[in-house]
Amino acid sequence: MRWIWIDKFVEFESGRRARAVKNLSLAEEHLHDHFPGAPMMPNSLIIEGLAQTGGLLVGERYAFEKKVILAKIPKATFHFPAIPGDTLTYTAVIEDINDDGGRVTCTSHVGDRLQAEVELVFAHLADDGRPRKLFEPKNFVFTLKLLGVFDVGGGPDGKPIPEPPGLARLRANVGANDTGL
Amino acid sequence: MAANADLFNKIRTALVDALGVDEDEVTPEATLVGDLGAESIDFLDIVFRLEKAFDIKIPRGELFPEDILTSTQYVQQGKLTPEGLAELKKRMPFADLDEFGKDPVVKNFVNQLTVQDMVRYVESKLATTA
Repeated sequence: MRWIWIDKFVEFESGRRARAVKNLSLAEEHLHDHFPGAPMMPNSLIIEGLAQTGGLLVGERYAFEKKVILAKIPKATFHFPAIPGDTLTYTAVIEDINDDGGRVTCTSHVGDRLQAEVELVFAHLADDGRPRKLFEPKNFVFTLKLLGVFDVGGGPDGKPIPEPPGLARLRANVGANDTGL
Repeated sequence: MAANADLFNKIRTALVDALGVDEDEVTPEATLVGDLGAESIDFLDIVFRLEKAFDIKIPRGELFPEDILTSTQYVQQGKLTPEGLAELKKRMPFADLDEFGKDPVVKNFVNQLTVQDMVRYVESKLATTA
């Protein structure tokens, strides 16, 4: 299983905001344990999906040249449980960003209903020369392609987001092709 | 006085939101780390909130001069040298470092910064941008 908790991006405005969707299916194994007879999406995994939405937004702002980690969750409020059959729409908006990290406000909606409100702080990992295995480049390249960041992405001027040089380099290093397969 | 109260209230809001503490815990004398439980990542969060609340820019190392505290030039055997202390005072004119200066053990430094220091820091920033 890959640790991907969003299905695709539907909006991606560079440096500002992104929207992604997550469909909940009873075929997802974790829902059978959480809870037996009463499946609901764990709130922690909703936060993870929001963090992936916001984290890629933050990462793209610096052309994926910085290592972005979720460092803090100042606030998380859930208004009702998300259950199989729901489509969650995750929205992430960059409130502040600089060389050290970024602060992002996020919401989760089911249709028009506000399901969750979450604040996240991301930190840019200092590059201190030590090898770090937090990121698996191959999966990262595939994930960005599969999630359609560059299909729906645009800058404030509406022009498509070009794939950053760092990503192309990463793809070349791992021998991935353009289809992401 | 009213302006000061407004400034304090904005800082208190930033600290309540960033640290999840109650409003009445945020007193001028409260230390950020010891009393309010701030950890290193919280300082980034606090900086973001202060920048937004006061429309100021806080360069890295200005509010918390980590570079001095980790410098091999200024730190010897876990203590700031007199030169390091002088540099710290120069960089942090808003903070009351007299007590810390008596025994400048670096690991005790984080417990020096109070809410009042932060108020003075923001006041000094606003004075220079006004």
